[in-house]
Amino acid sequence: MRFDATYQDRTYKSVGTRPVRPDGVDKVTGRARYGADFNMPGQLVGRILRSPHAHARIGSIDTARAEALKGVKAVVTADDLPDLSNGDQAHHDLLDNCMARSTAFYDGHAVAAVAAVDARTARQALKLIEVSYEVLPHVVDVDEAMLPSAPVLHDTIFTDGVDPRPTTSSNVAARSEFGHGDVDAGLAAADVIVERSFKTEQTHQGYIEPHACVASVNSDGTAELWVCTQGHFVYRQKCADLLGMDVSKLRVTSSEIGGGFGGKTHVWMEPVALALSRKAGRPVKLVMSREEVFRASGPTSATSIDVIIGARHDGTITAASAELRYSCGPYAELWAELGAMTSFACYDLQNVKTVGYEVLVNRPKTAAYRAPSAPMAAFAVESVVDELAQKLGMDPIAFRIKNAAREGTRSSYGPVYGPIGIRPTLDAAQAHPHMHAPLGPNKGRGMACGFWFNFGGQTCTDLNVNADGTVTLAVGTVDVGGSRASLSLVAAEELGIPYEHVRAVVADTATLGYNDMTDGSRGTFSSSMATISASRNAIEVMRSRAAMMWDIPVEEVIWEDGHAKAIGASYGNLAPLSVREIAEASGKTGGPIAGHSEMVADGAGVSFATHICDVEVDPETGSTRILRYTVIQDAGKAVHPDYVEGQYQGGAAQGIGWALNEEYVYGADGRLQNPGFLDYRIPVCSDLPMIDTQILEIPNPSHPYGVRGVGETSIVPPLAAIANAVSNAVGVRMTHIPMSPPRILAALDARTKG
Amino acid sequence: MSGLAVSATINGDEVEYLCQAEETLLDVLRNRLGLTGAKEGCGTGDCGACSVVLDGKLVCSCLVLGAEVQGATVETIEGMAKGDTLHPLQTKFLEHAALQCGICTPGFLMAAKALLDANPDPTEEEIRFGLAGNLCRCTGYDKIVRAVQAAALEINGG
Ligand code: FES
Ligand code: FES
Repeated sequence: MRFDATYQDRTYKSVGTRPVRPDGVDKVTGRARYGADFNMPGQLVGRILRSPHAHARIGSIDTARAEALKGVKAVVTADDLPDLSNGDQAHHDLLDNCMARSTAFYDGHAVAAVAAVDARTARQALKLIEVSYEVLPHVVDVDEAMLPSAPVLHDTIFTDGVDPRPTTSSNVAARSEFGHGDVDAGLAAADVIVERSFKTEQTHQGYIEPHACVASVNSDGTAELWVCTQGHFVYRQKCADLLGMDVSKLRVTSSEIGGGFGGKTHVWMEPVALALSRKAGRPVKLVMSREEVFRASGPTSATSIDVIIGARHDGTITAASAELRYSCGPYAELWAELGAMTSFACYDLQNVKTVGYEVLVNRPKTAAYRAPSAPMAAFAVESVVDELAQKLGMDPIAFRIKNAAREGTRSSYGPVYGPIGIRPTLDAAQAHPHMHAPLGPNKGRGMACGFWFNFGGQTCTDLNVNADGTVTLAVGTVDVGGSRASLSLVAAEELGIPYEHVRAVVADTATLGYNDMTDGSRGTFSSSMATISASRNAIEVMRSRAAMMWDIPVEEVIWEDGHAKAIGASYGNLAPLSVREIAEASGKTGGPIAGHSEMVADGAGVSFATHICDVEVDPETGSTRILRYTVIQDAGKAVHPDYVEGQYQGGAAQGIGWALNEEYVYGADGRLQNPGFLDYRIPVCSDLPMIDTQILEIPNPSHPYGVRGVGETSIVPPLAAIANAVSNAVGVRMTHIPMSPPRILAALDARTKG
Repeated sequence: MSGLAVSATINGDEVEYLCQAEETLLDVLRNRLGLTGAKEGCGTGDCGACSVVLDGKLVCSCLVLGAEVQGATVETIEGMAKGDTLHPLQTKFLEHAALQCGICTPGFLMAAKALLDANPDPTEEEIRFGLAGNLCRCTGYDKIVRAVQAAALEINGG
């Protein structure tokens, strides 16, 4: 759908307002039901046995004693989840991650599971399962895993994307390359060059709700799954594939979701819960502990990145290049590729090249984490951009403005940009009072830009006009942070009725067509497009019903302000018909009134942000405090500004944790040392200041209201903005994230000695 | 497998239940009494999602044993609204969009109520430290702090 320019000047009645969300009261009274808040009759408690080793061949698994324990109803291993992948490697890897087959690839890898009458019995049963392991050498560091001497996880992996194909197997699953022009020639033309290497440690999405589900498989082969997920249709497809079920026989209901940030886009233990239920013949509830969440779900890549950028004295970048190595856990993924695509997306470059390497390590399978792969690349690139500006004696914003991508720029990853918001965010930053506030000793200011693609994807909605003229909107994208409010606003806007007359619900997989997940910042973008289309279809139906009621041609009925109106001089005495009047008569005019929409929501519209941050570093302890933080981001059009601001603030806070604190710490034995919120410390309320936001609205040409996705871009600039601020505060370039107190002290030490 | 018999007052109602020795108050609330408003985010006292008020004190219910509650008074999120009337904190959380996913909300509301009961007019810093035992991964806390400030103002007749 195209942006409708007439909308730009129109006054929105609903869109852009800030009403209370429809699911709000349930959530402040404790009534909202999340993954672990649902129960079924006769339900059993499931639990998973996990490998204590980072890398081990599984000899035998003896489940006899567990099965004999009173109250145990089923024990499953890989034997109960046969490999139906038929040569499909991604399918195989997903299954192998849910339940290890011949080898445990990381500390926490599932090897068996039980279902029992209660938690105590299930815990006892796990202790009675005997697994014989042959411990193998392991590797957890991304750079070490690339060395020829590293233990190889899979002898079937020969780096993809390299010609000729390597003759020996390695942990480098794939190489990808993007760019255009001639980087060597560009560097030769540069007056100043900065080249640096960076590292970022692995972090977790850290959703407060652990993974949870209730699975119930019936004797007739039908099944139900209640689960916290970002995409119940995708979970249905994956679970049906892995278990060899017909898709139509599995009904998946998405619970309220207690955070996901990408971590709930993959199935983890849901197929195991279904296998347990299938074997036990009873419903099974499976809930991860926090420790399991850290050890066996979700983290993002650890990375190692080299960047080189050259520029002329006038500030024009002549060439830019990056090599990016991203850890993937034990299975091949595309994380480095995404990093390579996003690295230089903010800039208009003649000569640019990025190369990504997907690296396998003995860590949990890596999952998407909010704008996956982009924050680390932005950290490396924006650090070098900042240093280059300093060397050139230029203001960091002026330097970026000089090189910023604009409409018509060929992006570093290929496509040519339409109207984009990078320049306006930089202009807004330059004008922002934050940029000009004074700073004291030990304090530093940093700024950085960020980019994210945004996704569209398959979407559908049903809009039913009820007999009293109120509207029920069924959507298929899971609401992770207020989208039911935004989509109700959109339906109200289109139909011309009050927001309170619309109730949006997330439909289950049996009652609505397929929808892609809520990822890629697509929830509100794509479902609003489908809602607009469904609303317009419903309006068509209502126009024809009104024509029928008046007995006039439909062409002479228009829709305005929530009413059907007859046009033409002869109809002057026909009073407009409201939605309610048309709906009340629907039984006599052709039955229920509804509007449907099925689409691929193309043209999500790329997104840019600029962040500014002030820090204070304590030179005695090396600890850093965020003093002030400002987010400026293009939203296209903010449907519900409160929740747009919330996305900006939440992404910034996650980035702050990543920049300063959060990291997976592995022991020499390859075991995760900090699988809990005490030692994996995410920011708490007293760590942060208020986070100021500024919403820019540069319409997305592919959406009728100009909406762009807003969920992810806000986590892209913080690592770099904070690193630039800390570097400015301490006078040393920080190249390793997180900038925890020991790393800052070490940098200060090196400066003193150096 | 004999259970321990416990009687307690929960949200003003007298309640009796049997629980096993290792069961936490959180387990009992959620699994035996159907009060699933308190959430388990960690089970180790680090996230505050399970916050309840026990004999007038804010506690992590995951760190209290179900059997310890014998004779005690417990307040949970389910008892915060009085009938149809939401507590000002609940209203302000809604008006200020202080929740995104909402999993942390019951814990924050219990902690914020305990804070305002003890200190009706807290500074921003006092709010931030008063709520530092509760994790929220979605909001960056900005709107939560503002909602608590607004609720304090309303409660104080501002
Ligand atoms: S569940 Fe009790 S503090 Fe996290
Ligand atoms: S709103 Fe999601 S954790 Fe707080």
